Amino acid sequence: MRPPLIQLQGLTRTYGRGDAAVSALRGIDLTLFSGDFLAVMGASGSGKSTLMNILGCLDTPSGGHYGFESIAVETLNQTQRALLRRHRLGFVFQGFNLLARTSARENVELPLLYRGLPAARRRQAALAALDLVGLSDRAGHTPAELSGGQQQRVAIARAIVTDPAVLLADEPTGNLDTARSHAIMELLTRLNRERGLTIIMVTHEEEMAAYAGRTLHLRDGLIDRDSAEPDATSCC
Amino acid sequence: MLLNALLLALREIRRNLLRSLLTVLGIVIGVAAVITLVTLGNGATLMVKQQISALGSNLVVMRPGQRLGPGHDEAGAPAFRREDADAIAAEIRGVASVAPVVSSTVTLVAGAANWSSSVTGTTNAYFAAGNWTLAQGRLFSDDEEQAGKAVCVIGQTVRAKLFAGEAPLGNTLRVRAFGCEVIGVLAAKGQGAMGMDQDDTVLMPLATAQRRLTNSRAVGTVMISLKDGVSASTAIADITALMRERRRLTTAQENNFSLMDTRQIAETLSGTIGTMTTLLGAVAAVSLLVGGIGIMNIMLVSVTERTREIGIRLAIGATGREVLTQFLTEAVALSACGGLAGIGLALLACLGLAAALNMPFLFNPGINGLAFGVSAGIGVIFGYMPARRAAALDPIEALRRE
Repeated sequence: MRPPLIQLQGLTRTYGRGDAAVSALRGIDLTLFSGDFLAVMGASGSGKSTLMNILGCLDTPSGGHYGFESIAVETLNQTQRALLRRHRLGFVFQGFNLLARTSARENVELPLLYRGLPAARRRQAALAALDLVGLSDRAGHTPAELSGGQQQRVAIARAIVTDPAVLLADEPTGNLDTARSHAIMELLTRLNRERGLTIIMVTHEEEMAAYAGRTLHLRDGLIDRDSAEPDATSCC
Repeated sequence: MLLNALLLALREIRRNLLRSLLTVLGIVIGVAAVITLVTLGNGATLMVKQQISALGSNLVVMRPGQRLGPGHDEAGAPAFRREDADAIAAEIRGVASVAPVVSSTVTLVAGAANWSSSVTGTTNAYFAAGNWTLAQGRLFSDDEEQAGKAVCVIGQTVRAKLFAGEAPLGNTLRVRAFGCEVIGVLAAKGQGAMGMDQDDTVLMPLATAQRRLTNSRAVGTVMISLKDGVSASTAIADITALMRERRRLTTAQENNFSLMDTRQIAETLSGTIGTMTTLLGAVAAVSLLVGGIGIMNIMLVSVTERTREIGIRLAIGATGREVLTQFLTEAVALSACGGLAGIGLALLACLGLAAALNMPFLFNPGINGLAFGVSAGIGVIFGYMPARRAAALDPIEALRRE
């Protein structure tokens, strides 16, 4: 059996301390393999954003284990987590989060800048990534000159330009209309199928979650339902 | 990575061009002011040194009283006599010539013109000691010097004021109550170290001046010119010993006369100008500090404004250190640009002012380099706090910020 890409064991996250402590995650066990496409669903306050932040190494768990490839993420310091994000993770946000007044190509080049690639190779890789998301003719446009769907494509290009192990998408279609949402989901599905890109996506729309191969429902900081284990209670 | 950071910083400065310009204005003005003041000060010092060396290189001036320089205290100190000058000339080694001098400001009349000028009674040694040359005419004869005849040698300014369009030689100049025959005209020397007109002068034999102007045998100052290669300090020590002896001063008594050589005068003067320059430069440097605070203010605003951008950068893998470097580079690039602009402005100001004030322009690479270094340093110091604030942002919080 191939080794898992991501392994969560008894993962907890508590904010605050003492009486004011709030548990956002109360013990998550999850195993993901390379090439998986996971949709995380749940009501607001269910802990899905917290889970996403921890998976994205933006936040650290309060307890439990987070194994990424062979790394125990909970033992990493801030800089080490930044480097892990730089080299292995790609992010797509609900609000696109592109740099304003900066061309699409320069936005896509940004992660490569931190990898220290020379300008010519950055440019080449950025144009290839834009081509992959179907925006090669918009490379010189700034976010203000692009539609929401196009902006999200630029954001996806930026996330995949480093060839990450995992793409983390936080409500990628939250700010888009239905037609554009479906186009984005199709793009993500294509990247998952054709390039074997592992995708973890948070969404609250069943319609969008349907594109994923596996759906995880969270409730009150615990896994409520997992489509990979149809009846968790009958297991074992 | 550093080059990248620099390019990023320059792009960010260009993006907010007007704001950047206003931000660095304080640095620009501060750097320009410091450089201009110091450069002009150096020019003034150079000018003074040139003028003093024109006065005669190896000259010692002896005056009654103790203190040197402005505020010279002559009260109670006995005046010199002509014999003192003769004794110095006879007994001190290395002395080229000794000129006893009495001076007085007098109104001169020639024909219908009159002019107030400084009249100096002295000997022929004065011409050698003061580096004077004659444009026309002759020096005093021994007979004229001894008998105190009414003859005089005039400077170019006096000639122009009183004998405009006339040949002065042989003409008579009325000095107070007596008529004085002009026997020579000095070559022009121009402005002196203190800004006075050296050509505005009338020279006559010492005895003439003592008898007809000051009505006393006192000699105000003694100018001693030394031979080339003679050490001024040795000569001053010898003269001091001689004068103490002549004045019968006991070892407990202090000198009631003072000696100063031209180099010393030059040093005193350039020292004074140097102090002024430093003081003014320090005042100007305060505006650099204010400029630095301006940069810190704008960088803090910038960090707040760009919180989301910082969040994005952190999320895609920038380390805190890299964000810190970015903002620090921006602050330094900003203040360094201001420094360069200030140097350019100072260059223009110095050229303009040096021309207007008729002073030499001395490009001083040291102060330019220092001012540039300080402006860049201000970027580091005042950029560090905002940059650290940026680097310490929590990416999750930063991304959530609208």
